[in-house]
Amino acid sequence: MASIGRIILQRLALGLLTLFIVSIVIFAAVNALPGDFAQAILGQGATPEAIDSIRHGLGLDQPLLTRYLHWLWRILHGDLGVSFAQANFASYGGSTASANFATVADQLRPRFANTMFLAGVTSLIAVPLSVGLGILAALYRGTVFDRAANIFTLTSISSPEFFLAYILILFLAVLNPVLPSLSNIYEGMSFAERLDKTLLPALTLTLVVTAHMMRMTRAAIINLLASPYIEMARLKGLSPMRVIIWHALPNALAPIINVIAINLAYLITGVVVVEVVFVYPGIGQLFVDSVKNRDIPVVQTCCLIFAGAYILLNLTADILSILSNPRLRHPK
Amino acid sequence: MSIWLLIVLALAGLGLLAWGLRWAGRRLTGDRPYWRDMPYGVALGYVVAAAAVIWAAKIYFIDQTVFFRWAVNGFLGFALAAWLFRLLGRHLGPAALRKQFRQMPLTASFGILVILGYATMAIFAGWIAPHGQAEVFDVANALPGVDPRFPLGTDQIGRDLLSRLIYGAQNTVGIAFATTCIAFFVGGSLGFLAATLGGWLDQVLSRGVDVLMAIPALIFALLLMTIASAWAGSQNWLLTLYMILIIALIDSTRVFRLARAVGGNIVVMDYIEAAKLRGEGLPYLIFREILPNATAPLLAEFGLRFCFVFLTIASLSFLGVGIQPPLADWGTMVKDLAQFINFAAFSPLTASLPLMAAGAIALLTVGINFVVDWMLQKSSGLKE
Repeated sequence: MASIGRIILQRLALGLLTLFIVSIVIFAAVNALPGDFAQAILGQGATPEAIDSIRHGLGLDQPLLTRYLHWLWRILHGDLGVSFAQANFASYGGSTASANFATVADQLRPRFANTMFLAGVTSLIAVPLSVGLGILAALYRGTVFDRAANIFTLTSISSPEFFLAYILILFLAVLNPVLPSLSNIYEGMSFAERLDKTLLPALTLTLVVTAHMMRMTRAAIINLLASPYIEMARLKGLSPMRVIIWHALPNALAPIINVIAINLAYLITGVVVVEVVFVYPGIGQLFVDSVKNRDIPVVQTCCLIFAGAYILLNLTADILSILSNPRLRHPK
Repeated sequence: MSIWLLIVLALAGLGLLAWGLRWAGRRLTGDRPYWRDMPYGVALGYVVAAAAVIWAAKIYFIDQTVFFRWAVNGFLGFALAAWLFRLLGRHLGPAALRKQFRQMPLTASFGILVILGYATMAIFAGWIAPHGQAEVFDVANALPGVDPRFPLGTDQIGRDLLSRLIYGAQNTVGIAFATTCIAFFVGGSLGFLAATLGGWLDQVLSRGVDVLMAIPALIFALLLMTIASAWAGSQNWLLTLYMILIIALIDSTRVFRLARAVGGNIVVMDYIEAAKLRGEGLPYLIFREILPNATAPLLAEFGLRFCFVFLTIASLSFLGVGIQPPLADWGTMVKDLAQFINFAAFSPLTASLPLMAAGAIALLTVGINFVVDWMLQKSSGLKE
């Protein structure tokens, strides 16, 4: 078992290294901004105090490496800086001390919880649904059901998220007012109320990720159906359902877990568009707003969070597939 | 609670009905093997499918829900058009083409028909569209069908929506196509180079691509677009150009991976060895030996990559940082017209405008995916 621990540690170290390099890329990208962009961002109407605060916040007078290390140091200590919009707003109020306005970390905390809630609800619906449908499609492969499922999943994979979202809004919120079309979530809501407001975005995301997961589940099971032990089980006289669930599924688990983790990582990208459509107060919406306002500290932090979650989920997929398939533990 | 009770009762009723169906089938056919060996799940599937068809027919014929009718009519119309197109292809044209059409599933012929239609619309947009894409009329916010000059109405500053939909094909599809071509040129050539030369070049490129792929594509594109918008200032065409380059860069990493993997399998072949011993140069090896043998996977990847690029551009435009005005584009149109959906109960045609723009995006990607699916199935089927 010691080898498993070592492999997991190795992967974790690799993930941390990747995250470190990603932080360099994000930092470098932001520093490719033209010259004095504090002025360019805030426009002609900016007060000198606001411009100074941004310059100081980014430490534009120091060398690049010092700035990077400083930035990294502060992020590791949970100090994510102050958003430009907040800094500008505060400078109009006459205060320059950072204690008076919300930091990026304060802005992000409730939104992060909201996004996690949305992703959680989505995966609770999507994962059982897609694995179940995938097993059914593998069981009845080649039938009308399989073909209809194929067409349906291909269609929903290739539609943009906002198309699915607006169709769901049209049918479930406007024509038949079952669910609310806007998810205005605030603190102190009851769980049922919150679930009700989250359900429509979650259903949209479910449509987006289910298709891919279902196709991969079906493919993973069908791949195994040609193996001798499946034929043996069939010749024993087991029912097709039993063959698939007891004999094929355990061995198809590694690719299925892998694809589930990858799709949860994909959720992270999908969440941006869906949050904007439903005005859901999550990280994705904040990210898009800050991109439009060129609010660099927020954009940087959101990017780091998204990249970190993405790397973590891919890492989990890697480790789980190694755990579920002993052959991967001994690379040749 | 009564709704939940109703649902549970309906499910139980369907379950009983399925059991009854199987029992009746066994009795009536005298235990034919098909009915005798039918698992309960299959019977349930038949009953659920029948219930779904009856329910759909009720909505279609009795409730007469407009959107549902349009969706069903559209689906049947496209299926019929695809069937006719396949029939046409089977009897016209050279023999090789006829053979292709004979083995084609309906979904693939639908895809080809859609791609041809979009290509025509994109190339001849200037002739098809009744008005210019940035032409502003004095009638703003005209409803569809009111003014004969504007069949789909006008937007909030008085531009003809039908013309903008048609020009959207040119701009959105054209820009996505150009981006995909750049991504393929860069990613493909670097991938083949890495596969042929190996060594430190391969290591450097592969590790660089690994890092770039660790950031989700849309997030990375949004980050770079923030910076690009600071560079471009107020020049909209420059921002669109930056967007093309940024998305091409991000997608070329995916192409690089594939080209390197495919190239790596080809480089170890004997005929490459022979060509090297003949003293052929690097360009000959890449363009005359590797490229012809890698066309099938690369072509399929081109279709899929185009879909991804197209969807990314549409998403960026929908979020407001993609293709910039005055160019007409579907993603921006969806964003601008989205609030009309709330009027669906009063004016179905107005509410369907944003769906038309979004549907135009979906239709093309669905069509391409169907064709690629068929190509992949064909090439994998030939190997076995």
